[in-house]
Amino acid sequence: MQFNWLKISAIVLLVYAVVGGLLLPVPELSQLGETIRNLYYHVCMWFAMMILYTISIIHSIKYLRNGKIEHDIKAVSYAGTGTYMGLLGYATGAIWASYTWADPNNPAYASFGSIMREPKLIGAATALLIYGAYFILRSSIADLDQRARVSAVYNIFSYAMLFPSIWIIPRLLPSLHPGQEGNPALNFNDIDARMRMVFYPAVLGWTFMGVWITTIIIRYKLLTEKKWTNNEK
Amino acid sequence: MKNKLTTLMAVLFAFSAQAQEAAIANETTASVMRSNGKIYVVVAVVLTILFGLIAYVIRLDRKITKLEKEA
Repeated sequence: MQFNWLKISAIVLLVYAVVGGLLLPVPELSQLGETIRNLYYHVCMWFAMMILYTISIIHSIKYLRNGKIEHDIKAVSYAGTGTYMGLLGYATGAIWASYTWADPNNPAYASFGSIMREPKLIGAATALLIYGAYFILRSSIADLDQRARVSAVYNIFSYAMLFPSIWIIPRLLPSLHPGQEGNPALNFNDIDARMRMVFYPAVLGWTFMGVWITTIIIRYKLLTEKKWTNNEK
Repeated sequence: MKNKLTTLMAVLFAFSAQAQEAAIANETTASVMRSNGKIYVVVAVVLTILFGLIAYVIRLDRKITKLEKEA
């Protein structure tokens, strides 16, 4: 195993994200309190998901262009890690929301069930389900080349569906979730400078960690693939 | 062998936790870990988990490298 820049920076940045994220000063907001630190963990999951999905679609397009099976393996591995991070983002968001949005004095948001009907959450769930269908579609086709081709085309479709479901529609509807009028956490006017110092490294750290894990999965799948082709000879 | 080692580690950790409780009762060993609302304890816990996860990923990486060399 080689320690390249990606693995080292993943470790260093994640350690910084944990230590700095828990200890460095944050702005005081009455509704959020200390939970604002979740920005370094919950939001990073979604950023990492988006970046991993982007890498995945690039490999899908590469597969459609040259038909090499390794691109299909890379595409499905990145989509898999991306979906996993999306699920983690959803779960952490559910925890966060239930302690900040839920308000016993407001009947509309009194229960966990009522806050989970947020357009942003529904959109995120839709996006994850579309990617879930990607894996089901793949496993339902036995022929290797056909599976790779059909799933590459579907991957492009599901990436395109990310934009209406998590970027556009939630912005057209009223929501408790931040990010109504622009790009939450990316806009220089709405994120505190102290938080930016931890947030951007944290995004990179979690993304690098996701890429590292994915490369291990890819190498495992390539090995299995090699074994299969050797056995056939 | 590996299972025994894990059990031993778990037992040791349990003992060290007891020792800490005793220290809190004495209130003699005031340290960084007990200042500022004990947030450093949370940092230590999260870092332990993070390092555990990183060690796991490194181990997986090593195993795959070994398999690749054999293949």
